Amino acid sequence: MLGNWHQLWVIISNPDNVPVVALIVLVPFFTWYALRQAKANDRLIAKLEADPELARTHHRKTQPYHPSWQKEVHVWPYLLRIELLAAIIVTVVLLVWALTINAPLEQPANAAITMNPAKAPWYFLGLQEMLEYFDPWIAGVLMPTFIVLGLMAIPFIDANPLGNGYYTYKQRRFAIWTFLAGFEGIWLVLTLIGTFIRGPGFMWFWPTETWDPDRVEFIATRNLDQMFGVNGKWLVHILPASQKPYADLWAKGLFGIIPVGLYFLVAGWLFYKIITSTPFSRKIFRRMSLLQVVVMEILLIVMLSMPLTFFMRNLFRIKYVWETPWFNL
Amino acid sequence: MAEENHEQGKVGLAEEADGRVQQFKGWLQEKFQEQVEELKRPEDTQLYKAFFRVGRIDEPRNRALHTLNNFFLHIHPTKVNRDAVRYSYTWGMGGISFYLFLVLTFTGVLLMFYYHPTTVQAYRDILDLQNSVPFGLQLRNIHRWAAHLMIIAVWLHMFRVFMTGSYKRPREFNWCVGVLLLVLTMLLSFTGYLLPDDQLGFWAVTVGTNMARATPLIGHEGPFGPQLGMTAYNDVRFGLLGGTIVGSNALLRAYIWHCIALPMMISVLFGVHFWRVRKDGGISGPSPVMLESEMHE
Repeated sequence: MLGNWHQLWVIISNPDNVPVVALIVLVPFFTWYALRQAKANDRLIAKLEADPELARTHHRKTQPYHPSWQKEVHVWPYLLRIELLAAIIVTVVLLVWALTINAPLEQPANAAITMNPAKAPWYFLGLQEMLEYFDPWIAGVLMPTFIVLGLMAIPFIDANPLGNGYYTYKQRRFAIWTFLAGFEGIWLVLTLIGTFIRGPGFMWFWPTETWDPDRVEFIATRNLDQMFGVNGKWLVHILPASQKPYADLWAKGLFGIIPVGLYFLVAGWLFYKIITSTPFSRKIFRRMSLLQVVVMEILLIVMLSMPLTFFMRNLFRIKYVWETPWFNL
Repeated sequence: MAEENHEQGKVGLAEEADGRVQQFKGWLQEKFQEQVEELKRPEDTQLYKAFFRVGRIDEPRNRALHTLNNFFLHIHPTKVNRDAVRYSYTWGMGGISFYLFLVLTFTGVLLMFYYHPTTVQAYRDILDLQNSVPFGLQLRNIHRWAAHLMIIAVWLHMFRVFMTGSYKRPREFNWCVGVLLLVLTMLLSFTGYLLPDDQLGFWAVTVGTNMARATPLIGHEGPFGPQLGMTAYNDVRFGLLGGTIVGSNALLRAYIWHCIALPMMISVLFGVHFWRVRKDGGISGPSPVMLESEMHE
């Protein structure tokens, strides 16, 4: 356990990493804060479901209530004073932060001297980490597009009308688990890996391990077709003469369809099982149109491919599962 | 009396003057009292009414008009859900994001006074700002940390909106606008990263734009890019950088995106976002819970 704690401190105290350290505190706090209110509402919902008479007359909130209170309050001053207070607090936080920690300024830009590690700003470290597992066009272009479009699609594929405008867990289990998995389980975890674990050469250094800029890593990765010994020596007999020299490419390209297709089918079936696993979720599922189901399945399958690839690479050292002359997956 | 005396020629000039002074004193005292009384009720002054368009807040109507008739406040409704002003529901993250945007605009404009977007000069400007400009270092610090804080606030805002299901009908469209705002916020921060023209920004942007090479169809190393005639001199990366390396043109482009193009885009979307919040029925909650048994199949 005699690690290099100084190294860890250097990373934590790097001014540009302050937001990441702040997120380690803020995100769990707000997750807890949201779920705590969700639990409170869930208890109320359970009570009202059990007692229809009460449900008719209850004000249906967990906030303090009195029948004589007005439902609404004036913006001036009840909201504006909070906004003013928030602005003052943020200003004070900023001033203290700005007076105690200086914005980093490195040496002048120099194309001849490579920064090591050359890292993206913290909010893009998730993407940079993906770059380790996918080819650039997937990690840098396809995945961000999927993330943005996927986020925008959420309101249109979520067919559950419950939980609109109040915290709840029991009425939106699947939605909440999916979002937490995506935002915290994938995006933030990748950001943390990119911040705390990736050292020189963007190599994997466990926390407290010294960042050695001279470290050389030989990670023997292999492709799935190599593990299965696919080399086209059978295919060469079937192919037309003009294609015989490319038997290897053909074999690999065709072979790759199997694992990718299999993954889509298995993952799709798995998600189907999950979204139809309870009577309530089946009720929601029946509300969905075919297009909604298809879009949701595709997004979920793409999302799951990220952690899957992460484990395949780091545990089994598999690089590509599908090789073609134009792209590799 | 004085007039009479004067006519009779019995009163001297001094006496007459004294009388007039006494008269003036009385008048002044009266006016002064009046003025003091008036100042005790600033809401009734002409200045106040000219400023706020309504008089004193003594009835609900005037209170509402205060919000309604104010350019800066009219994005607010006149009344809000009494439980929505609690911190627990909204966490205030949307408002904080916008406030940070204002802080960033203000400090950003100040920073522009000291900055030339050309290589060599840019880096010197930063050094100059930090070492010679009064509070220049703090100015830059505030700008950078506010940018980081804004990204955190935007993420948490999105998180809250998700957890309260506020993207559901009728707010689907505004959620999409919010996603675009999230992207623009991160792009604003990223374009600003290059501007000091130091190693940090240079290599971050080099790594970032190298990915653009691999864009399908429009990147020269991306799938089907070469087949469509893409080279290093005409692909999307070339367009972003204004060249093949992160050099002077890239700095200028980042500067213009950062200071002009992106702020304009984000401002328009801010307007749409706020407007839709109001049009979609104001803040989403906390609304009364709905029961599964009441759900229409």
